Amino acid sequence: MSTSLSLPQAVEDALLGADVTTSRRNFLKASGALVVTLSVGVVPGASVLAAAAPGPYVDPDFRQLDTWIVIHPDNTATFYVGKTDGGQGTGTAFRQMMCDELDIAYDKTSLVMGCTDVTPDQGGSGGSDAVERDGWPMRRVAAEARRTLLDLGSQRLGVPVEQLVVGNATIALKSDPAKQVTYAELIGGKRFNVALTGRNVDATTGVAKVKPVNELRVVGQSLKRYDIPGKVDGSLKWAVDVKLPGMVHARNIRPPFAGASLVKIDESSVAGVPGFIRVVSRGNYVAVVCEREEQAIRAARQLKVEWKKPAAAPFPASSELFTYIRNATPTSSSEPEIVGAPDAAFASAARVVEAEYEIPFQGHTAIGPAFALADPSNGQMTIYSNDMKSYGLRNGVAKFLDMPREQVRVVYMDGPQVYGRTAADDAGFEAAFLAKEMGRPVRLQWMREEETAWDTKGPPYVFKLRGGLDASGKVVALEYDARAVDFNHLGYNEPETVLIAQLMGKRPQPAKGGAETPSVMYGIPNRRMTASVVGLPMIWETPLRTGNLRDPNGPQVTFAFEAFIDELAVAAKADPVQFRLDMIAASAEDEGFRRARSLAVVNAAAKAYGWTARPAPAPRSEKGEVLTGRGISYTYRNFTVAATIAEVEVNTQTGRVWVKRLVCAHDCGLVINPEGLHHTVECGMLHGLSRALWEEVQFDTEKVTSTNWATHPSFRHGDTPERIDVVLVNGDPNPRRTDLAPYGAGETSHKPMIAAVANAIFDATGVRIRRAPFRKERVLAALKAAGKGTAA
Amino acid sequence: MSIVKLEVNGKTHEVDVDPSTPLLYVLRNDLDLRGPHFGCGLGQCGVCSVIIDGNSVRSCLLPVSAVKGAITTLEGLSKDGKLHPLQQAWIDEQAPQCGYCQNGQIMTAKALLDRNPNPTDAEIRTAMEGILCRCMTYYRIQAAIKRAARGTATASVEAAQ
Ligand code: FES
Ligand code: FES
Repeated sequence: MSTSLSLPQAVEDALLGADVTTSRRNFLKASGALVVTLSVGVVPGASVLAAAAPGPYVDPDFRQLDTWIVIHPDNTATFYVGKTDGGQGTGTAFRQMMCDELDIAYDKTSLVMGCTDVTPDQGGSGGSDAVERDGWPMRRVAAEARRTLLDLGSQRLGVPVEQLVVGNATIALKSDPAKQVTYAELIGGKRFNVALTGRNVDATTGVAKVKPVNELRVVGQSLKRYDIPGKVDGSLKWAVDVKLPGMVHARNIRPPFAGASLVKIDESSVAGVPGFIRVVSRGNYVAVVCEREEQAIRAARQLKVEWKKPAAAPFPASSELFTYIRNATPTSSSEPEIVGAPDAAFASAARVVEAEYEIPFQGHTAIGPAFALADPSNGQMTIYSNDMKSYGLRNGVAKFLDMPREQVRVVYMDGPQVYGRTAADDAGFEAAFLAKEMGRPVRLQWMREEETAWDTKGPPYVFKLRGGLDASGKVVALEYDARAVDFNHLGYNEPETVLIAQLMGKRPQPAKGGAETPSVMYGIPNRRMTASVVGLPMIWETPLRTGNLRDPNGPQVTFAFEAFIDELAVAAKADPVQFRLDMIAASAEDEGFRRARSLAVVNAAAKAYGWTARPAPAPRSEKGEVLTGRGISYTYRNFTVAATIAEVEVNTQTGRVWVKRLVCAHDCGLVINPEGLHHTVECGMLHGLSRALWEEVQFDTEKVTSTNWATHPSFRHGDTPERIDVVLVNGDPNPRRTDLAPYGAGETSHKPMIAAVANAIFDATGVRIRRAPFRKERVLAALKAAGKGTAA
Repeated sequence: MSIVKLEVNGKTHEVDVDPSTPLLYVLRNDLDLRGPHFGCGLGQCGVCSVIIDGNSVRSCLLPVSAVKGAITTLEGLSKDGKLHPLQQAWIDEQAPQCGYCQNGQIMTAKALLDRNPNPTDAEIRTAMEGILCRCMTYYRIQAAIKRAARGTATASVEAAQ
């Protein structure tokens, strides 16, 4: 076989070769047509691409098997799926699942993702649903392809299907394996012409059933990710690498103050910049377009623009944020979730503990600023982007530019990670707008300060918690009240709320936003949970826009809740692991066997860590400068459960917290690729550590002042734990069940981190820090206030 | 504009650009290289790193006219179709997630190992401190550097498949 089929080159060709996409679309249209194989018709690695294949860009029909799978004449296969992979190995996992159902070797396949005119719309990525939800239709269509091939094989070999065996894309007689026929001989390069059913893409199915878990062979193997070689040898073509004939470069100019309005642009200030082409502006949106990238950067810096400040301050300074939140009138509040009789339980509790927690705005701050390249040739619009929701970007841009959907497509390619609703959405709309204005392909990338200041943020929270214990130390009552700054939370790729639309003056009905209550698996008999949303004075054209950031509320809510649970354990003088185990065991809920699986992960984490039972804080006699402690935190997200233990060293002279060791026990049901899962869990934990230790968006009353890696520090090599143990748990009461389902893994391990670190800091020092992140100045101040800091 | 001569990955190139243009844009846009990336343009993240005369240098700040010496980029690490041991170690450890930062990670690790073939854990952390990864692949990167330093990386390209 051609090894290139397993490499990104094939995908690059499939996405970028105009001839190839045209033939792919023709293939999907024309019955019985011969498919042009992937490697034909393109110059591999051609740096300047042909102009976009002319449309119309019709939606691939998810109810046609040919949309999902093509068998090539060389007995290899290409899978087409409507997902994207930000580097968590979901593409590899999809291939594994589909290979198993199709009975083809992994290295004989390739996968094309997220390109709106050649892959079915599965919505792109989000919500850790890749394997949990979108893997199912992939498995079912691959099973249907196998069934179809078996039927064809039975006709060709002249025996009933029952007398055939399948393996390695070859069908043979059970009785005489020499009598065989390959998939390619049956259908190579031709269409299946098999209709599928399903009311929506998630329900897509043929008549074949997927294999029981015990028959899966490729699933469960730690196959190496196919996207990695191209990422380490420099051969991968990223979205940022695409170059088109006639392409020009753009950079945005943002208002220097939130809510500022444009008064005047002095174009003569950039007339002398070499390569300067044009200033494009509409409303408060301003961009410069130049021949070369560095010229656009220079022109954007040099352009003189006069702005008028808004009459009132758009937001309080970040130093006043939590006071503001506490005093604000909520824009909405959830119905209180009440279980039992919390007031009576508190009244009769032997002991009541109260605490408040705070967590600021935190950003996505991708390593590469937001990017898009838009090509308006042929009266169409093609956008090259790493946006994780390429289909939404396509639909949104079509509406925004008032173009028929069939004239717009998005080519998804690799780019910097996008954990949620990021500025990749905004950049796609901006590039498309500029391309339409210019009539030429426009490549736009945001600058670092723009990305850090203007990308969407995760909502900040203030929490009030109260817990009641009986005389035996059992939690009998719990009250949780959360407030999040989340009014006008942005959706994905909305043509009326992307930044450029706001700057042009669009003012749709603001989104209500949301504040969440914790994922509780604890049997606490009496509880009251409330959550409210508040808004900032300015909700449009603000850099403090909220949008989904990796498990949008989970890390914040779990920080407060799991740290407070630890406070209750301290009050009860209980071991924090046993305290949790007892409460989980007392839970009345057990959907998806979550109770048993929760007990299993907490036990597994404690065992892997070598946890010895005792209450926190750690007893210590030594007066050392560096104190060591451990903390546990447990949570679930949908049906994935995780327990994390952090071991920290706290330097009492500097306040620096180093998380020296991490253990995560993780149960997401059926594991597709154990090694890939390890890595995803690991990186999710470290991203959580970054939020626990560093990340905080700061602002004055005019603008965001966290604008780069100096003013917005992130986790670094030196912060990395010296040891990380990931334990993959299968806590299902029937672990060998043949219908064991896989659940998502992209976010769960990220969620409990801030609490685990807070709990470990308390264990080390006896000081409870209720305000994240735990930067050294804050920790030192807290230690000193408690009389625990040591003089330098 | 003026003609600037550059030696990149063993080949000599002449480009006609403003001499103040940062090297990064010349490598990416004139020479079509895909290794170095734009991350901050401020010298803070390292994703634009290249090696010039053995040192890892941030190409986003360096004017192309100030380049003195031969440039190696990520693309130039493999020799005769064989991956550099660091690249192989990166594959063996499955280090990247999105991969956007990995150019800076690998190039900086190469400069480190070239001057210190057996770095301690602390030396690795110090040398790599300025190279950011927002996917947080640090743990694997450090493991990959140690693996390459131990010389245990399998040096065949085949194993990459
Ligand atoms: S892009 Fe050069 S250091 Fe960040
Ligand atoms: S791998 Fe994504 S930023 Fe490092």
